[in-house]
Amino acid sequence: MRARLGAIVLTLFIAVLTALTTAATASAAAPDRADPSHTAATDLIRAADASSAEAITGTVKGPVGEGGANAPIAGVVITVSQNGAEIGTATTADDGTWTIPVPAPGDYEVTIDVSSLPDTVELRKADGQTIPNISVQPNSTKVAVFPLAAAGEGGGASSGGVTQTEYIVGVLLSGLRFGLIIAMTAIGLSLVFGTTGLINFAHGEFVAVGAIVAFLFGTAPLQWPFIIAILLAIAAVGLLGGLVEISLWRPLRKRGVGLIQMFIISIGLSLLLRHAILLFFGSQRNQYAQSGTEQSLHFGPVSIQPRDLTIIIVSIVVLIGVAVMLQKTRMGKAMRALSDNRDLAEASGIDVQRVIVQVWVLGGGLAALGGVFYGLTAAVYWDMGFNLLLMMFAGIILGGLGSAYGAMLGSIVIGVVSQGSTIWFPSELQNAWALLVLIVVLLVRPQGILGRLQRAG
Amino acid sequence: MDWGSIFSSALSGMLGPFAAIYALAAIGLNLHFGYTGLLNFGHVAFVMVGAFGVGSAIVKFGLSMWWGVLVAILASAILALILGIPTLRLRGDYLAIATIAAGEALRLFFNSTYLEPLTNGPFGLGPAASQFQNMSPFNGGKIYELGPFHYQGRALWIMVVTWSLVAIACVLMWLLMRSPWGRVLRSVREDELAARSLGKNVYSFKLQSLVLGGVMGGLAGVMWTMDVSTQYPATFDPKVTFYLWVIMILGGAGRIMGPVLGAVVFWFLFGFLDGFLSGLVPGINTGAARIALVGLALMLLMVFRPAGILGNKEEMRLESR
Repeated sequence: MRARLGAIVLTLFIAVLTALTTAATASAAAPDRADPSHTAATDLIRAADASSAEAITGTVKGPVGEGGANAPIAGVVITVSQNGAEIGTATTADDGTWTIPVPAPGDYEVTIDVSSLPDTVELRKADGQTIPNISVQPNSTKVAVFPLAAAGEGGGASSGGVTQTEYIVGVLLSGLRFGLIIAMTAIGLSLVFGTTGLINFAHGEFVAVGAIVAFLFGTAPLQWPFIIAILLAIAAVGLLGGLVEISLWRPLRKRGVGLIQMFIISIGLSLLLRHAILLFFGSQRNQYAQSGTEQSLHFGPVSIQPRDLTIIIVSIVVLIGVAVMLQKTRMGKAMRALSDNRDLAEASGIDVQRVIVQVWVLGGGLAALGGVFYGLTAAVYWDMGFNLLLMMFAGIILGGLGSAYGAMLGSIVIGVVSQGSTIWFPSELQNAWALLVLIVVLLVRPQGILGRLQRAG
Repeated sequence: MDWGSIFSSALSGMLGPFAAIYALAAIGLNLHFGYTGLLNFGHVAFVMVGAFGVGSAIVKFGLSMWWGVLVAILASAILALILGIPTLRLRGDYLAIATIAAGEALRLFFNSTYLEPLTNGPFGLGPAASQFQNMSPFNGGKIYELGPFHYQGRALWIMVVTWSLVAIACVLMWLLMRSPWGRVLRSVREDELAARSLGKNVYSFKLQSLVLGGVMGGLAGVMWTMDVSTQYPATFDPKVTFYLWVIMILGGAGRIMGPVLGAVVFWFLFGFLDGFLSGLVPGINTGAARIALVGLALMLLMVFRPAGILGNKEEMRLESR
């Protein structure tokens, strides 16, 4: 057993070394994770590198966040003035940049023409169209950044044409979509916990790997049909889940390694996988070719993009399929039996090790599909899985640890809560509210909605 | 590859401000996990409220540094109570998830517009360290050298104070763990039911441990702010907690000197890998590669040597829970 573990560790080590050497070419200049607060969202004004004359410059970029992906915005009108007198004006280029030379060092005001912004974005602060007191030093260029938010999320008046009801319905629908995605990814986490007692911290990385595999096959240069790419992603991550179980967790269980120890090992595995992805894939946020804006469909007060509708329908079908599988098939019954009582299940002739592998493969496949959907609605990036992981934990604990149905129910609630919070609160906090729900649930009903009391305490 | 400079910077990092700050925070985590068996995966939250407690007091309220330190200690103690009262009655893994969630939620709030009046959000809170640096006997800008070690005067002053705090914390832990109080903590770690059946209020002991360890984390946050002077909430992501766990387990959980040794070895390796990896593979993202290796190290340690360098395998039986 020790020899086998040693071999696994050696393989891992070699894999990491290979990763390091190949990653140099893959991400020659990949910067460390860009501080999200310093991309589009700040009215940070800092001195840029010195040039011969004084100027004020900047780049107008869309918000980081769902769908926005921080894309540069062209055709926005920017004006520089001093003591009310206009100094110069400029329109942003295709890459969102603008530069306005100023005659002399001094204090200037920079104003953005809100009407020239596209309808999909607005200023984060309603009164933020003017940045006063930009002081330009001799022979230097100042950078002025206007913080933007997606329409309806900033402090400005919501864009015209959308009634309150339509807005709320839209938010609830995106909450449902987000919740279904969390549910799909969380089932594997919950089933693994139910059957082995392991809290698998590396589950988020399955989500990211799934999204990335689909991205690599589904976009240029390969550009295979997206369905094929998704199926490949599901197969790859299912395989990965099974491999991790057979090569890592099973030997550890046979060795009698404690659950706490395995929990910490899974954290190590998560760090290793996540940063290996960062090394190979880089830190940029990518979009699937399929995630552009589409013409919305309208059903009464409900308007939804066809892509989102597809995601919701496919997710519901898959979740119902999983439920039927758990209820009706031999494999599903064995999984539930194992969750209920491992010894009894083993005594009644269930091949426990095989069922556990099936759980890992199933959970991995579902995580991959959820990852692709999450990538479609937000973006594909290296730590997307980790961002989703805490939401999964919140959903699972809310629903009841170890119960697959609880995971589905709890996740949907978490999705609606986190998206719904954006009606009243800034969207930067949507995950924080979901995490607070988690803590409140632990306070009042630690076993969750569908959990049994014995699991707590 | 310039081995001389790689080793020189690795050796300097080994005793540098960050090693000291992480050692101090890891001593608090060691009290939580190593001595009490609490699975605290949100230790970064204590460090963060300490860092911003002192920062806000100085920058936003114009208080003196000493009041700032008091605010930081109170803030981390209150956080420990808020976190501990609901979760310490639950099973260990619930505490783990609750603490990591609380840490993340707190970071998001600190970065949000709501708390901007207190924390400046993404714009950074500072400068907070001028009063501290004015007390320094060293010349802040000068570089002091001794053999392979070289530090700026600023950093040297941070190191002197923080390592002194580490020493005080170690002595305190040594005294506490020899006391009846420490014995109860260890019995809670080994067998909670046995401790309870002997009439000990396990919940209260866990809470005391959480508060004391949290305050040590808060003090580490204070020194962090004194070091960087301008603090950003984004600094305090879960990575900090994971580093602290590696440090504690590497040195040996449940040992007085474990976190200190762990921090020194960790920051030596961290500094060494930085130079070594960029020398080995030019253009590599050393930040990502190092953290990947930290993850691998955490796995290997847990599989082959869960007791760490100094640990006593008989005492730390993680399997029992």
